[in-house]
Amino acid sequence: MKVLERVDVSAPPEVIWNYVGDPASYLHFISGITRWEVQGDQQSGLGARYRMLMRVRSAEIGGLIEVVEYAELADLAWSSVTGLDQRGRWRLRERPDGLTRVELALAYGVAGSGLAGWLSERIAAPTIRGHLRRSLQQLKRLAEHDQLRDLAAQRRENRSPAT
Amino acid sequence: MSTIETETGLNVSAPSRPSGAKAKTKAKAKTKTKAKATKTKPTRRSTPPPKAALALPLLKALAREVSRRIPVANLDDRDPDYIRASLPRAWLLSSLWFRGEVRGLGNIPESGPVLLVGNHSGGNLTPDTIVFTLAFSTYFGVERAFYQLAHNLVMSAPGLGFLRKFGTVAASSENAKRALDSGAVLLVYPGGDHEVHRPIWEANRIDFGGRKGFIRQALAHDVPIVPVVSIGGQETSLFLSRGSGLAKLLGLDRSLRLKVLPISLALPWGINVGDFLGHIPLPSKITIETLAPINLRQEFGDDPDVDEIYSHITRLMQETLDALAGERRFPVIG
Repeated sequence: MKVLERVDVSAPPEVIWNYVGDPASYLHFISGITRWEVQGDQQSGLGARYRMLMRVRSAEIGGLIEVVEYAELADLAWSSVTGLDQRGRWRLRERPDGLTRVELALAYGVAGSGLAGWLSERIAAPTIRGHLRRSLQQLKRLAEHDQLRDLAAQRRENRSPAT
Repeated sequence: MSTIETETGLNVSAPSRPSGAKAKTKAKAKTKTKAKATKTKPTRRSTPPPKAALALPLLKALAREVSRRIPVANLDDRDPDYIRASLPRAWLLSSLWFRGEVRGLGNIPESGPVLLVGNHSGGNLTPDTIVFTLAFSTYFGVERAFYQLAHNLVMSAPGLGFLRKFGTVAASSENAKRALDSGAVLLVYPGGDHEVHRPIWEANRIDFGGRKGFIRQALAHDVPIVPVVSIGGQETSLFLSRGSGLAKLLGLDRSLRLKVLPISLALPWGINVGDFLGHIPLPSKITIETLAPINLRQEFGDDPDVDEIYSHITRLMQETLDALAGERRFPVIG
């Protein structure tokens, strides 16, 4: 089952990527995450591994994941190594109106779990969708706040030589 | 092989009948003694046997069958792939029916053998075990070896063979040792059948029945104890009595090593005696709290007093259970 949510952010990809490209910070803005730890020496980038858990109703679900795609300012995808089968993806696309469209997708399931698996994936979907939606709203708030702060700092800099 | 429930709360295996020549001699001796008794007290023959005595041969046959069916514990029976494929089913049950909530799993040490000690609730269905096993397996991953000790009757019941794939083994000191030696996490319920069938008005009471074998196991293997306290399981049915007197009257304590014959009001039976066929549990909210690990020698010294540890652990668990009970607004609803 795949759940996808998107949001338009009034900030350039560079500002958003500060959060998206650093999975170590996910604990601070991804909703439902109860654990997100770096596993191994590599902190980020292609091949970095993390142990993550997300609360979905009665259980914390997740496992060991690995970053399998890392295109700076554009795409970051991960895939599960152990635990629940999952594949997640961030996608950042700049729009002509100065906004950046951010997509967060999560495909999940348990291979070989039959009808119960099919049913549980659908019952879990609203909870997971809610987590993704809240995560994107948090990201939008953080990125737009940073953008406003940067713009304000720039305005102050521009004003100061004239005074 | 039959099992004997020790005061430790762990069942130990013992031969149910002598074998070979010894058996024959014993049998002969028994017959002789019986004959003698009949000769000296001829009047006994004329009195009709009580109903309980009539049921005894049947129970003995059942006991033999149960003993025969108890599988020999093999840790390799645990099947992580099977557990993984079963997680969605357990998740559906835990999330939709019991609205399970497990807290503090981070208190369980990340590696090495650990003895989880829980209070047991919910009759023979033990919903708290389902909720906890799911939470443990998703939190640590099915790769982490996790075993649970269960009563021999559970292990020998037809249709429950799948429990072995989940890591359930017959409760015995030997099996506990084997699991801990292998570096696994082991879940025990010292209260066992005594606690799991306690009446509803004792639902929020930790009652291990004085069984302290788990402490000796933890000391022998030098493993930390992590208390696991659950609430809500005892509200899945209206448990009225342990039926200890009834079990004694029917001789179940001698034939099946069963000290209880629980009586409850449960779906779909109404009055449910024995709970051998299970029941439909009420959708009670189950909350489980995992406490900080207790390193016995660090906290109680090199030569710790088992009684002191026992009262410390049960007091700690009782306090947690009281706090969990304080959070609950209504029975079943939670």
